[in-house]
Amino acid sequence: MQRLRAATRRRVRGGGIAVALDRGVVGILRIAYRLLVNDRGKYLATLMGMTFSVFLMVQMTSMFAGMMKKASSTVTNTGAKMWVMDRSVTSVTSSFPLPDYVLDYVRSIDGVRYAVPMYSGTALVRLRSGAYQPVTVIGLDDTSLLGRPKLIAGNIEDIYAENGFVVVKDEEFGKLESPAVGTEFELNDHRGVIVGIATVPASGLFGMPTLYTTYSRAIQYIPSMRYTMSFVLVEPRDASAIPHIREEVDRLGYEVETDQGFIDRMTHWWIFHTGMGTNLMLMTAIAFVVGLSISGQTFYTFVLENLERFGALKAIGAKRRELVAMIFFQAGITGVVGYGLGIGLCSGLVALAKLRMPDYAALITFRYLGVALGMVLLISLASGYIAVRRVLRIDPYDIFRG
Amino acid sequence: MSDVAIKAEGLTRWFGEGEARTYAVRDVSFEARFDEMLYIVGPSGSGKTTLLSIISGILRPNAGTVAIDGTDVWSQSEDRVAALRLAKIGFVFQDYHLFGHLTTRENVAVPLILKRTRWNDAMALADKYLGVVGLSGRAKLPPTRLSGGEQQRVAIARAIASQPELLIFDEPTASLDGDTGRKIVEFVRNDVLDAHRCIVIVTHDDRIYSFADRILHMEDGRLRDGDGGIHA
Repeated sequence: MQRLRAATRRRVRGGGIAVALDRGVVGILRIAYRLLVNDRGKYLATLMGMTFSVFLMVQMTSMFAGMMKKASSTVTNTGAKMWVMDRSVTSVTSSFPLPDYVLDYVRSIDGVRYAVPMYSGTALVRLRSGAYQPVTVIGLDDTSLLGRPKLIAGNIEDIYAENGFVVVKDEEFGKLESPAVGTEFELNDHRGVIVGIATVPASGLFGMPTLYTTYSRAIQYIPSMRYTMSFVLVEPRDASAIPHIREEVDRLGYEVETDQGFIDRMTHWWIFHTGMGTNLMLMTAIAFVVGLSISGQTFYTFVLENLERFGALKAIGAKRRELVAMIFFQAGITGVVGYGLGIGLCSGLVALAKLRMPDYAALITFRYLGVALGMVLLISLASGYIAVRRVLRIDPYDIFRG
Repeated sequence: MSDVAIKAEGLTRWFGEGEARTYAVRDVSFEARFDEMLYIVGPSGSGKTTLLSIISGILRPNAGTVAIDGTDVWSQSEDRVAALRLAKIGFVFQDYHLFGHLTTRENVAVPLILKRTRWNDAMALADKYLGVVGLSGRAKLPPTRLSGGEQQRVAIARAIASQPELLIFDEPTASLDGDTGRKIVEFVRNDVLDAHRCIVIVTHDDRIYSFADRILHMEDGRLRDGDGGIHA
């Protein structure tokens, strides 16, 4: 016993204060970890609540992000730095035609390197089989072809050939009966010929195939109102020129957005002016509440069941901050593991869905992963806080009284 | 080091205020020495558990002082009292309060971990103390798979693992049959008590009185007249 006593004192006292603090905390957290994971029933129940909550949150936000990506696909695919539009425009598809003088005015603004017109609209094409299919038609500036897509078949110069159109090979490509270069179709009684096949970073939201042609052909083939220009695409001289361009366009009574600004404008519109964004946000909030309810309650029960043991730890000499660290560590571990499982589950299901439905609009972004992580941390903090309050209230004297 | 392990003077503790005030401990003074096994006995409600809680740094008295190995307990902050308990006092609770979801070894290592002992060292020491209480083969089992007597031994191993100078036992035989209870206390007397340690046991089990060096009798929160130095 005397030898054991000496050995104990050596091991307990060995090492500097700083080192002892670090390794001591690790040991306490390790105890907390074992207490948590060895109570498998409770741990799995808490984990399931957290996983389900994360799954729902990530699923909802990924659907929203996917739809926003598709809704702003024209902006992304075109790659123009600035977009001039009517003030009433809420998205690319709801463009309001601009008079030609807007283009001339924008070109005259100091700080504009170049500005070109762009057409965006929809039309009905008649396929070889006789079927009709609505399509999105993008008319590119005849001179520069600014915003042209990347071709995987054909030559971009052929877009100037008679009736030339470039078709985008995306998830909607099959709706045009998978045309090849040379395939013909009808558009408002005009003959159209596929002269190139292209790819783009993002396809559209409404499940329509996309055709590119020149601006002049687009306005010639597709019936339109008095004015024909959907947008003016602007390349500023540099970033410092943007405020001045914005000011000048505003003075004319129109609006100019940077590409990201335009995407944000569309996102804002979807969130706050349609039921869709609000409903998705509501579902995300409900997922948060469900996660908080299940995980918080189960974790609290877990702590309640161990309350006397925590009281015993207090009696033995555990400090308040050590108990707090143990409980928040347990809540944090549950949160982080549940977060990983929830993301894995959501990613798996999105991947599976995209195998079956290539145009399934879901996109897991780092931004929304960050939002979900923030919510998970909030759930963990709230669960831990409720449990900590209970543990700190227990009096070691109660342990003696039984 | 003085041979006085505990010095309690004028300890008083009441609960409630005004007309509802009830005295659990009234003006209790006594000393306990190292290498001494001291019993605090008395009927239920006599204040022995309250006295035990006060001298072990768990319950603050309304009046009086307690010094453990010369250190005044109740003049210190809550964190310092907790540190003092961890450094100088080992507890064996009536219901043991072992963690059912830790192994026996990890349970024994808990005070060592709290004392910032490296994990592997703490486990190695826990194994040795389990050997001392005769439970080497039970290290990897959870306490829930041990008998009552074995759980009591695990609690003792946990209490002595951090080498405390004062060991507190609360009703050590309450959950055990007579024979097991006797064996446990005999083991404590022969193998745990030494010249650097004082053991205080609260009990009303008169079958184990014969192991005490000294017995303090409590009645209505007071020590019976003459107690404080009478050997059993």
